[in-house]
Amino acid sequence: MTTGNRPLSPHLQIYRWQWTMLLSITHRATGIALAVGALMLVCWLLALAGGADAFAAVNGFLASWFGRLLLFGWTWSLLYHFSNGIRHLFWDVGLGLELPSAQASAYAVVAVSLAGTLAVWIGGYMAAGALG
Amino acid sequence: MSMRTPIARVRGLGAAKSGTQHWWMQRLTAIALVPLTVWFVVSVIYLTGADYAHVRAWLASPLSAILMLLLIAATFYHLQLGLQVIIEDYVHGEAAKLGCIIGVKLASFALAVTAAFAVLKVAF
Repeated sequence: MTTGNRPLSPHLQIYRWQWTMLLSITHRATGIALAVGALMLVCWLLALAGGADAFAAVNGFLASWFGRLLLFGWTWSLLYHFSNGIRHLFWDVGLGLELPSAQASAYAVVAVSLAGTLAVWIGGYMAAGALG
Repeated sequence: MSMRTPIARVRGLGAAKSGTQHWWMQRLTAIALVPLTVWFVVSVIYLTGADYAHVRAWLASPLSAILMLLLIAATFYHLQLGLQVIIEDYVHGEAAKLGCIIGVKLASFALAVTAAFAVLKVAF
């Protein structure tokens, strides 16, 4: 098999970091985090089907500081992957591919995911009656 | 001069090693997940702090149960496609790569069925 003498692109470290590359790798990282989060969803549904004791145990873990930290991370991961996924769908139909708009949408995804995470948590605490 | 190897030329599948099925299904499930994710996030906010009976009654309603089943199906289909690409990119060696992909696909399907069973148990 002849595989020699093929042109190779420079290795990743050669390039200067840019928002667009950072968002690209973060999309993948949040995807992995959400795959783990899907496991939690399965546990939660099983506990709900299993009875009040099992549900209390899973809810107790989720309400602990570590559980809340995980949920906070998953909230942001979900909103980020959701927003950036919509950005990808626009690219798929050929919209927003020019560099200035790709950069603008990158900032928008970061802003929307952070503001959305805050809104979800405020909403959650309000629903729970913790904020009066 | 062609830069493709003879075996690649014979297989005729290009660099992606398949057609557009993977790409298309990833987009299709992504589109399905846009409204489903909005419903899921709104539901989670609404259910924060709710007791067992309340959450169970919520999932037992036909609309919640159906949307949750759709969310599970789209999520796990989307998830195994995404993880497959990550494995293809970072796991080198055909045996390890194939093993990881088989593991992810089988586990995803098993988890989706498990989650669906839990939803149906609550709903019926």
